[in-house]
Amino acid sequence: MPPSSDTRPPSARDVACTAAYVAVEEAAKQTYLRALKVLPPDLKEALVRARANETDPGARSFLDIMLENVAVAERDDNLVCQDTGTVVFWLEVGEDCPLNLARVSAAVKKGVERATLEHPLRPNAVHPVTRKNTGTNTGRYLPAMHYESVAGHTGLPADALKLHCLPKGSGSENMSFLRMFVPADGVRAVKRFVLECIVEAGPKPCPPTVVGVGLGGTADLCAALAKKAVLRPLGTRSDDPAVAALEDELLAAANELGIGPMGLGGRTTALAVNIEWAHTHITQNPVSVNLQCWAARRASAVVTPAGEVTYGF
Amino acid sequence: MASERYDETTAHETGANERRLTFPVTDLDALRTLHAGDRLRLEGHVIGIRDATQIAIFDRGEMPRMDLTGAAVLHTAPNVRALGEGRYEKLCIGTTTSARMDRFTRGLMEQYGVRAIIGKGGLLADSLPVLQEFGGVYLAVTGGAAALETTQIEAIEEVEFEELMPECLWKFRVRDFGPLVVAMDSHGTSLYEAVTAKARDKLAELVARL
Repeated sequence: MPPSSDTRPPSARDVACTAAYVAVEEAAKQTYLRALKVLPPDLKEALVRARANETDPGARSFLDIMLENVAVAERDDNLVCQDTGTVVFWLEVGEDCPLNLARVSAAVKKGVERATLEHPLRPNAVHPVTRKNTGTNTGRYLPAMHYESVAGHTGLPADALKLHCLPKGSGSENMSFLRMFVPADGVRAVKRFVLECIVEAGPKPCPPTVVGVGLGGTADLCAALAKKAVLRPLGTRSDDPAVAALEDELLAAANELGIGPMGLGGRTTALAVNIEWAHTHITQNPVSVNLQCWAARRASAVVTPAGEVTYGF
Repeated sequence: MASERYDETTAHETGANERRLTFPVTDLDALRTLHAGDRLRLEGHVIGIRDATQIAIFDRGEMPRMDLTGAAVLHTAPNVRALGEGRYEKLCIGTTTSARMDRFTRGLMEQYGVRAIIGKGGLLADSLPVLQEFGGVYLAVTGGAAALETTQIEAIEEVEFEELMPECLWKFRVRDFGPLVVAMDSHGTSLYEAVTAKARDKLAELVARL
């Protein structure tokens, strides 16, 4: 069963953290809106570098318009892209965080609903059979929430919660792939599959893309890791040397494909290949690819138990 | 190919090489003069249309009241603020992926007289012969550039199929809408096919040396 929005009466601990739940709701609303309006600096820098590296006039023109659009969005306080996405949150929970996660989930959902109705934002969440729109960008299991405990995590206070908001546009989310390879296929099959996915997606995910790759784990974990990979700032590399080398090799290969900005040719097909990995079974090697469009929107917020919020990307 | 039509500086930088067209076109063969790689700016009206709208029109046979003869349709579902009595204020309007709606190309052109489809990511190869038959074009927008696109839409003049919100049929008055690239023309050329063919060749080469 999905988490219910009906919650029990507050416990003493809940009362002590009341300000934090209010802050989580506000942070969910604000990170959603900020992600839609202001692109992270690492992404803007990558687009500028891509523009400088292109020689094809058509490719340069597309990148010019992308950069102009980013500036217009900030100037007009408007959305970078009209697709307000399927809202995904990745939540990092410090090892001493006292917050009740059922209440955190309810607050995040409420924040997304408020952003949608108060801004207002285009509602995208529909029933998969009836196609009836909920009108709030929330619904059964939405927003998608992934919790991760981060004992010893550097940078996050041990008692804090960090929200990463990822409004995922459908043009790129529709370009999602999973394949269960076996050991005999080797790493070569992994490389081939990632490149095949990029070619298969072609112009549809609004290239140049951030290529999120999940490697290892189980089918479900692998797909979630691919989504987590999309959240990684550009310019960061895997902390595992073998995986980092694979990232470098795949990025170089992707940019030899010539798909280019908006799929109409050019040197920049991918801005990054980010791989998140997990150990896996002796019999298998799952690979998942989650493409992210050039407008790779993300925003974060750290919330303390006292309800203090610090925003970032 | 496209690159031969440009100067060293881009058309975006100079505003050069952009043809200006007003929609709807009165001569339904007017767009046969366009070729893949041409750059355009549009004036007049553009009709917003999407998955659910076209499923209603073509699969359920719900005929729109708007006249789509000679029209340019835009694959979109906008962010709007409801003002009441069927009126809406634009908030953010951009363009969605076209390939999902490829199967409606013939119906739009044959039954309703649409001549230009504006989107991103291209229609499929199936649409090329339809564009040839009816003198239609596919115009590529810069996907994701909705903040800029919104400034080129002056007003939402009419809305139909409101029950499909946000996937209604929208009549937008536009000014200086673009730049758009003719990515598929009525002469059988698709810029996407050329890029994809090269990418597949390159992929085979890369796989051989992985």
